[in-house]
Amino acid sequence: MLYREAGDFKTSYAADAQAFPIRFDRTAFYALLAVAFLIVPFAITNYWSNAILLPFLIWSIAAIGLNILTGYCGQVSLGTGGFMAVGAFAAFKLMTAFPGLNIVFVVVLAGLITAFVGMIFGLPSLRIKGFYLAVATLAAQFFLVWLFNKAPWFMNYSATGQINAPVRTVFGQAVTGAAASPAAKYLFCLAILVVLAVVAKNLTRGRIGRSWMAIRDMDIAAEIIGVNPLRAKLSAFAVSSFFVGVAGALYFTVYFGAVEVTDAFGIRVSFLVLFMIIIGGLGSILGSFLGAGFMVLLPILLKNVMVGGFGWPTDLAAHVELLLVGLLIMGFLIVEPHGLAQLWRLAKEKLRLWPFPH
Amino acid sequence: MKISASAAFCAAGLLAAGPALADLHFPSMSYRTGPYAAGGIPFADGYEDYFTLLQERDGGIGGAAIRVTECETAYDTTRGVECYEQIRGDNPLVLQPLSTGITYQLIPRVTEDGIPLHTMGYGRTSAADGTTFEWVFNYPGTYWDAASIMVKYLLDENGGSLDRKKIALIYHHSAYGKEPIPTLEELSKKYGFALTTIAVDHPGQEQKSQWLQIRRERPDYVLMWGWGVMNQVAVTEAANVGFPMENFIGVWWSGAEPDVLPAGAGADGYKSLNFTGVGTDYPFYADLKQHVTDAGKGAGDGSSVGTVQYNRGVYAAMLAAEAARKAQEIHGVADITPAQMRDGMEALELDAARLEALGMTGFGPELVVTCENHRGPGVGQMQQWNAADKQWVKLSEFISADDEVIWPLVHEDAAAFRSETGIAQRECPAG
Repeated sequence: MLYREAGDFKTSYAADAQAFPIRFDRTAFYALLAVAFLIVPFAITNYWSNAILLPFLIWSIAAIGLNILTGYCGQVSLGTGGFMAVGAFAAFKLMTAFPGLNIVFVVVLAGLITAFVGMIFGLPSLRIKGFYLAVATLAAQFFLVWLFNKAPWFMNYSATGQINAPVRTVFGQAVTGAAASPAAKYLFCLAILVVLAVVAKNLTRGRIGRSWMAIRDMDIAAEIIGVNPLRAKLSAFAVSSFFVGVAGALYFTVYFGAVEVTDAFGIRVSFLVLFMIIIGGLGSILGSFLGAGFMVLLPILLKNVMVGGFGWPTDLAAHVELLLVGLLIMGFLIVEPHGLAQLWRLAKEKLRLWPFPH
Repeated sequence: MKISASAAFCAAGLLAAGPALADLHFPSMSYRTGPYAAGGIPFADGYEDYFTLLQERDGGIGGAAIRVTECETAYDTTRGVECYEQIRGDNPLVLQPLSTGITYQLIPRVTEDGIPLHTMGYGRTSAADGTTFEWVFNYPGTYWDAASIMVKYLLDENGGSLDRKKIALIYHHSAYGKEPIPTLEELSKKYGFALTTIAVDHPGQEQKSQWLQIRRERPDYVLMWGWGVMNQVAVTEAANVGFPMENFIGVWWSGAEPDVLPAGAGADGYKSLNFTGVGTDYPFYADLKQHVTDAGKGAGDGSSVGTVQYNRGVYAAMLAAEAARKAQEIHGVADITPAQMRDGMEALELDAARLEALGMTGFGPELVVTCENHRGPGVGQMQQWNAADKQWVKLSEFISADDEVIWPLVHEDAAAFRSETGIAQRECPAG
């Protein structure tokens, strides 16, 4: 009875075009936001923040970014790790060159720099497609990581290649460095994620998003009906790289505090984010969250259950965890090739008809 | 998704919480999986077995029971951080991540949380400066010591001069592998040898081009900073290109059995540094056999007992146990806190008499740790692989590093760390 459009009258165009047309969805969304902003910060511990929620929030941003490019615009990218590295190193250079610059601007500027780099590496997408583009972005991944490892200027001539984030504050609260409180770090990442997610959701529902999807579905047809492929593809690369760059900057500054480019932004990262959006659902913002949760939280959950709960040896648990995650990925993709988001979509359809499916 | 996951986590957390007893918690941040497991498994077994021995034979340390918990990091920084967050609330006395990457993550965190970090022969070299790194220790030696010891050994072999010699460094392209480069550069200026550095990217399974370069440049000696699969590939490649193995020297993380066995007879003569004794020919092994391995309480399947990394795990556990004992002595309580443990580590002294009492004469160097010096003696011994007998043979006694070169570099790097992080240098008590 609850999950219905019926009775929820829309009296304006704005109300008709809103992101969550069903009242139940809307209420649940605001309730979730309220819990995330008003309750979680008071209950959060260091373990919850540093080991579970921060990675989830940051990977969600990266997954949304890649989903815009791959899921909405159809351009396969294996360069996510490299673009995250651009964000991290841009943030590092900005933080050390302009110590007075607020961390919020550092993160945004790091995103903009990454957007610019992403557009440069997106140029080949005008000529090559599909697997060939994947290979071109793979080259970006290797080139960028090699560059940051090779050129000492990017790491301020650090002998070991490690870059360290200095302490920065927002409203007087430290958000980077070991002394930052778990709640401050969490709220900082959460606020950025919420803003970016709302932007992404609205972009994909508007003209730009439609032009991306037109390119994805059939680029020649899109061109014929007046979508400019140059603009659509490059804007997708720019927006996507912006998100990924912000994720990289947060990953380095807030989550880790010190990174080494080969260890933190290797090809593994590119595949991890790609798996997130495939499992979560291509072309779905919700799917990005679900995929990030699946790939980041599930291993920790399995580990805690097997080692903490059953008292298994850690090596056995680690192997079983790899096995189970792999099996679950295959299982989910066989049952629902369109990802976890599609499962939710189907559930919603069923809910609307329930209890009278015929 | 988020909510159901939260609920499950809470459930897991409740199940995990055990009874809170007064005990000494020594977490083992191990890696029994992943590309570096070959080194991680024996180390973790040795670490755990020695604590089991103390628990079974002596009933703990100073009357307090020992509790060892294990957390799998897979040598992965993300997992290492997750492990740290899990361990830190549980009164860990000392952390030993056995990974330079994780060490760099942990240095600011342990400094903030007040938990001692012991990076035995790895990690950040300038942590040797105890006035800057209050909570971090790296005794009995550092990477820079290792570089200096290797050069000293080569000097000895060449009658005191390395002039016009060519030395190549083949290293893991990470913070770990890059560590010795500044020292080697300094030493090359001092002794007049030419230094070539050759990087190998993680994990190091493919080294054809690097060894081609070595074949082309014909260095007199090759030094290696490798770990995990990179070691065995390098040794195999060196054998394949016909590089004289006695001129190929690995750091102490590149000199264990799994590194040389795959190359078979080709690895014969390969040298490496070590700071622990090799084999099982030490009196404490009789107790270990009686109370742990024969009693069926060993951590692993027993196949690694006496190997290089196993002995190193035992040694790490011994140093931790001795520091805990020292801390109990200083503070007069059996159930010590991490902060008291730190005092014990800083006052740690192992002389010949103490090593003999432990049944470990010659198993490790004698060492003294002070407030200024967190790296101890800075020594290592050379060992050589005998492929026919499949064992490491000790070539030299403990060689000490060139302190004149090392300490100025340490102080310089520590000062850079202070200015970067804004932490103050602490005063050490005189005396």
